[in-house]
Amino acid sequence: MDLNLSDEQRLLRESAERFVAESYDADHRRKTANDPLGFSPAVWKQFAELGWLALPIPEEFDGLGGGPVEIGILMEAFGRGLVSEPYVATIVLGAALIDRCGSTAQKQASLPKIADGSLKLAFAHSERAARFDLAKVATIANKTAQGWHLSGSKIAVLDGHAADEIIVSAHLHDHQGPSGRIGLFLVPATAQGLAISDYPRLGGGRACNVELSDVQLAEDALLGDGKDALPAIEWAVDRAMAALGAEAVGIMQTLLDTTLDYTKIRKQFGRPLSANQVIRHRLADMAIQVDEARSMALRAALKADQPPVERARAASAAKAKIGKCARFVGEQSIQLHGGMGVTEELEVGAYFKRLVAFDTLFGGSAHHYGRHAQLSRTTQPA
Amino acid sequence: MDLSFNAEERAFQSEVRGFIAKNLTEEMKRATALTPSVFSDPDIGMAWQRALHKQGWGAPGWPVDHSGPSWTPAQRWIFESECARAGVPNVNVMGVKMVGPVIIGFGSPEQKNFYLPRILSGEDYWCQGYSEPGSGSDLSSLRTRAVRDGDDYIINGTKIWTTHAHHANRMFALVRTSDGPRQQDGISFILIDMKTPGITTRPILTIGGDHEVNQVFFDDVRVPVANRVGDEGKGWTYGKYLLEFERGSGIASAKLREGLRAITELAESDLTGRAIDSPDIASRISEVEVDIDALEMTELRVLSALQTGQNPGAVSSILKLRNSEIRQAVTRLGVDVIGHDALAVEPMRPLYKLNHEPALPADMLTVVPEYLNGRAYTIFGGTSEIQRDIIAKMMLGI
Repeated sequence: MDLNLSDEQRLLRESAERFVAESYDADHRRKTANDPLGFSPAVWKQFAELGWLALPIPEEFDGLGGGPVEIGILMEAFGRGLVSEPYVATIVLGAALIDRCGSTAQKQASLPKIADGSLKLAFAHSERAARFDLAKVATIANKTAQGWHLSGSKIAVLDGHAADEIIVSAHLHDHQGPSGRIGLFLVPATAQGLAISDYPRLGGGRACNVELSDVQLAEDALLGDGKDALPAIEWAVDRAMAALGAEAVGIMQTLLDTTLDYTKIRKQFGRPLSANQVIRHRLADMAIQVDEARSMALRAALKADQPPVERARAASAAKAKIGKCARFVGEQSIQLHGGMGVTEELEVGAYFKRLVAFDTLFGGSAHHYGRHAQLSRTTQPA
Repeated sequence: MDLSFNAEERAFQSEVRGFIAKNLTEEMKRATALTPSVFSDPDIGMAWQRALHKQGWGAPGWPVDHSGPSWTPAQRWIFESECARAGVPNVNVMGVKMVGPVIIGFGSPEQKNFYLPRILSGEDYWCQGYSEPGSGSDLSSLRTRAVRDGDDYIINGTKIWTTHAHHANRMFALVRTSDGPRQQDGISFILIDMKTPGITTRPILTIGGDHEVNQVFFDDVRVPVANRVGDEGKGWTYGKYLLEFERGSGIASAKLREGLRAITELAESDLTGRAIDSPDIASRISEVEVDIDALEMTELRVLSALQTGQNPGAVSSILKLRNSEIRQAVTRLGVDVIGHDALAVEPMRPLYKLNHEPALPADMLTVVPEYLNGRAYTIFGGTSEIQRDIIAKMMLGI
């Protein structure tokens, strides 16, 4: 039992924090906020040079072989700077799915390019009717003599507009009809019949909806050998929730620091706000919740490779608890900033919006307490 | 990083399990499960303390030269967790965990030689004389006075919320020995024989129906000056040192988990009409379980820091605060889970010596009393409001 950072992990944290403090300041955020791309290709290149894109990719595919804890360290620093680069879409979800489901040839074709920054991905899975049920997929992939035909609608695809290839989930149908299995397809952004409508995402970056109208793909566009991809999807989403949880911790810590500073400076009734016990106790509660969130994000990362039920319970526990903490810390940060907190003139609102987006992504607290409760009554592997 | 225990730690874990299996009697287990107050009665608690002492585990937190077992923080965590899981008696902490460390830290050689072995063996049973009717959170305003008379102090005043004063043969107390500009500076730490003439004890019943705390009166009570620990006027420093132990033992998650497990079992039973089938109850059980997960993880983070000699700092206040709040959430959930049966009151104590058929199933006997008594968790040992003051001051610098 040891939860102290290793030397390598400490170095990673220091370099990530330094990068965010030096390069990812309010000025940078303002410039990218109105950018139609939603992030900076130059920063993405820097990520590649720093080795962050290679971080979780296996060494045999030019990666560094890091795990969820290292991703969490990076994501917490990203949260502090409200980083909007497509890291979760490309690395945490995309690279992980290819690594887990892809054939050796598919991994060889993609992973080194992801690591060097020349390939960006997105994961199109959610559908309107499914809400947060990962098993519910209406998009269909029909097997043809030449390959596959995909049709369906996907929503809330993170960074899909910037992706070179989109990983699309679909139910596999062959000449006998539905197979009951979900497959994952690598769809080039330029594919005929693929329509992307993107929009600015709450809290920074962009997302999109994707329409697939009889998109024709080669046989090898299907990742792996066609076995059901649902367990892999659940695995990847659990990892993404752990990573996003760590990012939320960074966001909350920044909000706490900012709010604390403000209550020391802002004077009313002839004394700083922080001289009032009601304010000090509120800040103490915020500090406690940031700390609890930090514990839960780390826990989910450390359990990301455990058997499915244990992993999923830890991921849902983290998502539910951190979501609850995030809402509290975010809302109270605005409250303690008074009227200014509700304006775009301070950055508090931007950080808050990213927390609201976090809470919504892959399902909010109520959904995940419910999933946790269900999993608690599950004895066999999910 | 590694969340799992290493081979050595796992070996220790099975050693602890073996010890518990051999020494925890059915009677102790049953009595503990049926005790809705904080500590087991002395007949149960001290039987367990004697077994621990025989094993050399009587005082896990004490240094080796005072018979401590020199466990690592991880071993202490494993020990406490295994004990909680097995439902061992809740030994009154006043001796081993509270006055013991103060005597070790500040006592004279004579005091160490006399008191420490008697704490370990369970021969002495201690209570704590801190709070007074006029001094709760503002403890240093205390007015129980010790006036020097030759080689004695003469003590007058009263202490309240004195846990197990009706069982104890000794009390450690904070008393006022002088009045100065700073009220903290006039306080001394003194050890009192409860059989000394002039001491009377009045029981106070808690809302759960238990007699655990008391008010103690001192009427010209003569105590040798030799019973003072450390310097006159330094009692506040020693007392605060002790409160750190009361708050920061820092290993509570396993006990909370055990409490939630018992409630969940009731919720899954036909006795409650399977309360768990209500999605609201199921979700709330998960919500509390996740809070326990977070607390456990924070405990383990603190423990990891301690293992490498780092100081975890004000996080002990977070642990105390969250432990008390989550405990209350568990007991509140319990009341909701048992439904109709929450109406039935069983006044007899101790519940484990009940000599009639109770009005509600035996597994539910402690649920409501634990909820009611449990309101005290956010009050004793420094209220939640005081903990928040400490967190704001120590962690946030305001």
